[in-house]
Amino acid sequence: MGRGWPLMFSLDVMFWILAISAIGSAVAVVSMDDVFWAALFLVASFLAIAGLFVLLNAEFLAAAQVLIYVGAISILLIFAIMITRNPQEGSTSNGFQLVSKILISILLISMSVALVNTEWNELHDYYEIGPGVGSESTTQVQAGAVNVFADTTPVLAELLLKNYVLPFEVASVLLLAAVIGALVLVQERSR
Amino acid sequence: MSLENFLLVSAVLFCIGLYGAVTKRNIITVLMCIELMFNGVNVAAVAFSRYILPRGLAVNPKISESDIATVMANGGHVADTVLSTLLTGQVFAIFIITVAAAEIALGLGIVIAIYRNRDTVDITNINTMKG
Repeated sequence: MGRGWPLMFSLDVMFWILAISAIGSAVAVVSMDDVFWAALFLVASFLAIAGLFVLLNAEFLAAAQVLIYVGAISILLIFAIMITRNPQEGSTSNGFQLVSKILISILLISMSVALVNTEWNELHDYYEIGPGVGSESTTQVQAGAVNVFADTTPVLAELLLKNYVLPFEVASVLLLAAVIGALVLVQERSR
Repeated sequence: MSLENFLLVSAVLFCIGLYGAVTKRNIITVLMCIELMFNGVNVAAVAFSRYILPRGLAVNPKISESDIATVMANGGHVADTVLSTLLTGQVFAIFIITVAAAEIALGLGIVIAIYRNRDTVDITNINTMKG
């Protein structure tokens, strides 16, 4: 236990609170019969995932998550629910529940086994970095990594506007096409 | 709080979303479950970027003493260093969020067009193309 252990402990507690609320809200999304309540639980799940991003030193992504998912996407979803809601129908399930439960449990178990048993080439954590860890060059890289993760947003900006500038521009074209497509789809046909 | 914990959360979110997308009959619920799956993938991408040391950096780091000194002196502002590739996972997550936003806009446009024409949002009733 280094000098950072109270911080690490509180981060662990936060992680479990956020993980349980994200997963619990996700379960509520698929189990609620009322579509509107499902949308509200989806918002709760998105917020908890934004908290997980903060724990992962991704502050920019957490802000983007809150703005785009919680702000824009859920409002769109709730508008669509309001327009199309049929009160006596709800969101019933089709006949594939048992089969899909079995198949998806198998998928989840195999994924969990795979990711627990894989030897990840991990970065050591903030408080474990010291002269004794790893080879000389590895220690250097990890010392630099601490600096990268201390403030990720400027590094992310460099990366996005330098190394990934072409996908960045293509993404803007994609968004434009999506906006035009959505407008064309929902406009009233005048006849 | 370790890589495995975050990946487990991500796998569970993905599987819940997949279950909902396969079994639900309301199109809007299906779209919401697809968003859940996107979020699970995002958590995995960001967790990898936070916890994994890329093998290229670990085995043959093209990073010199002076790079490290520059980074230390600038208080974390790493212009042009190889270290910024550590955040590639976050860039992936940004593009996934962008594509998810485009998808949901188009998807809800299609939902509203279908609702106008056929007065239903139940995917089991939308089987015009069924042979």
